[in-house]
Amino acid sequence: MASSQQAVAVKDAAPRLRVEQASFAYSATDRSAPAFSLGPISFEAHRREMVSILGPNASGKSTLLRLIAGVLRPLSGRIEVDGAEVTALEMRLRAQRIALVSQESELLFPLRVWEYVLQGRYPYGRRLRFESSDDCVLAGNALAQVGADPLRDRWMDQISGGEKQRVILARAMAQQPSLLLLDEPTQHLDIGGKLELLRRLRRLADENRYTVIVVTHELNLAAEFSDRIVLMHRGKCLRVGAPAEVYERGLIEEVFEAPVEVEIRPSGRPRVVLRG
Amino acid sequence: MRPLTPKRIIGSCAILCAVLFVAVVFSLRTGAYPISIRDIVLTLFHGIIGRRDQVPSEFWSVVFTIRLPRIALAILVGAALSTAGAGFQALLRNPLADPYVLGVSSGAALGAILSLIFAPHTVGAIQVAAFIGAGLTIAAVYFLGRRGGQLDSATLLLAGIVAASFLSAIIMFLMTTITGHELRGMAFWLMGDLSAPPPASNVLGWFGFLFLAFFIAAGAIYSTSSDLNLILTGEQEARHLGVNVNRVKLVVYVAASVLTGLAVSVSGAIGYVGLLVPHVMRMLFGSDYRMLIPASAIGGAVAIVFADMLARTIVAPTELPVGAMTAVAGAPVFIYLMRRRVR
Repeated sequence: MASSQQAVAVKDAAPRLRVEQASFAYSATDRSAPAFSLGPISFEAHRREMVSILGPNASGKSTLLRLIAGVLRPLSGRIEVDGAEVTALEMRLRAQRIALVSQESELLFPLRVWEYVLQGRYPYGRRLRFESSDDCVLAGNALAQVGADPLRDRWMDQISGGEKQRVILARAMAQQPSLLLLDEPTQHLDIGGKLELLRRLRRLADENRYTVIVVTHELNLAAEFSDRIVLMHRGKCLRVGAPAEVYERGLIEEVFEAPVEVEIRPSGRPRVVLRG
Repeated sequence: MRPLTPKRIIGSCAILCAVLFVAVVFSLRTGAYPISIRDIVLTLFHGIIGRRDQVPSEFWSVVFTIRLPRIALAILVGAALSTAGAGFQALLRNPLADPYVLGVSSGAALGAILSLIFAPHTVGAIQVAAFIGAGLTIAAVYFLGRRGGQLDSATLLLAGIVAASFLSAIIMFLMTTITGHELRGMAFWLMGDLSAPPPASNVLGWFGFLFLAFFIAAGAIYSTSSDLNLILTGEQEARHLGVNVNRVKLVVYVAASVLTGLAVSVSGAIGYVGLLVPHVMRMLFGSDYRMLIPASAIGGAVAIVFADMLARTIVAPTELPVGAMTAVAGAPVFIYLMRRRVR
């Protein structure tokens, strides 16, 4: 993929994430043809970079994210984080490097916000563990960084959707990962919440040297905040590159099956507008 | 932010142990032969330091030969059922799960009834047969409850419910073939009953064996308690945080089933304790499994010691089955808890 090769600017030396010809297939049954296949896909992400994975529904975005997280094993190809193949990493070691923020499931028993965030410290230390004061400091810092400090003693089921999103992000940060993956984190947020979350992710990438990978439907917010876009369509990766390289009118119209106009803003970042 | 520390767990357990001790002393006092609390405490004290000669022999035999074995059985059964209940509630991700939901008790009951039919007068046969029945059920439900080679909570629950109702049907069928005294014994057993004498001449050895098995199985569940906390907030999320969910489920399934089988084999199916005690402990101490497992074990012991004391006194000298007692007391408590949850 030529554009991805070009986009690998000479930032920090080695890439933090390297996806190399990775492919995957879901099959309905073991014997039938695959119901859905993905890839092969290649791209890289570096320290302090924010990458958005875009594409219509069922284009394979979440599957790609789960491959990167090591939840799924690629059928072929390699996925490396800091030079180590993700599926070869021991589970807890992997959780020290990669944090995945997904749609949260319902809690069975009530839990306080601080207890939830402390769970992010699980990958460190022994299996049966008691949290140390260091763990508490780290969890407290994570809560402060997402501006959720005042929520600390509230119950998880008594905070709003936007607050919950921040708390889940804080737990992921308590994991001290190098790679932060988010699966449609903007889904249940209002427009202000979306903007605030992406700003926060951008800041985390810049200041904490995280590599942030976001699956999202928000074309314009992704263009505004991402260093790189991975555009997916029907399990194929159509293009990888800076927003301005990927947001071509013809390409976007084909992928999203909607008439659009693409304009370049003064900042140099593109903006997609629906044609009426 | 006040994370759970081992110190807090030990403190809470010490309080619960004190409550248990009081319950045991009162239970020791209950019965036809009158004996004062002071004498009970003195007898216990001399028994522990091994000074039998300091105690009147009738006190000794009432406390150590007649009443204490039954109370020890109550402690074991209560602790095992409540620990298993807490384990199953996490494993099945269902607050309504109890130790019997996967059919272990029905398998044990079938074993017991078969031993009553084929070996009615053999000492210990009923316990051994019940444990074998429980073990076979555990294995069968395990193989039925897998999906894609892994234990799946929903599939496991369905498999267990089906197994339980199938076994109950066989039990009902067999009940029609036995008569008289054995039928009454069986009915007591199905409800849960602590009155059977230990099936071994070496009482101390028998209890040593039972408690050793309890501590191994309960310890196995306790070793996964950090993992269970995460699994309760979501199985997928737990995997992302590095929990080996499949291993944890297997350990909890086997250990909780063994605990249930153990309890049911020696006492029959005593209801409600395994469901209610973990919930009461959650209300008192929070839902962290590192605290909940030991608290449930001791709380369950208190519950059954207390229920057994009531069962022996309410219509004395007639004894009620302790399972009837826990059901009568448990149902209202359960309804209260359920209404509270709804708010």
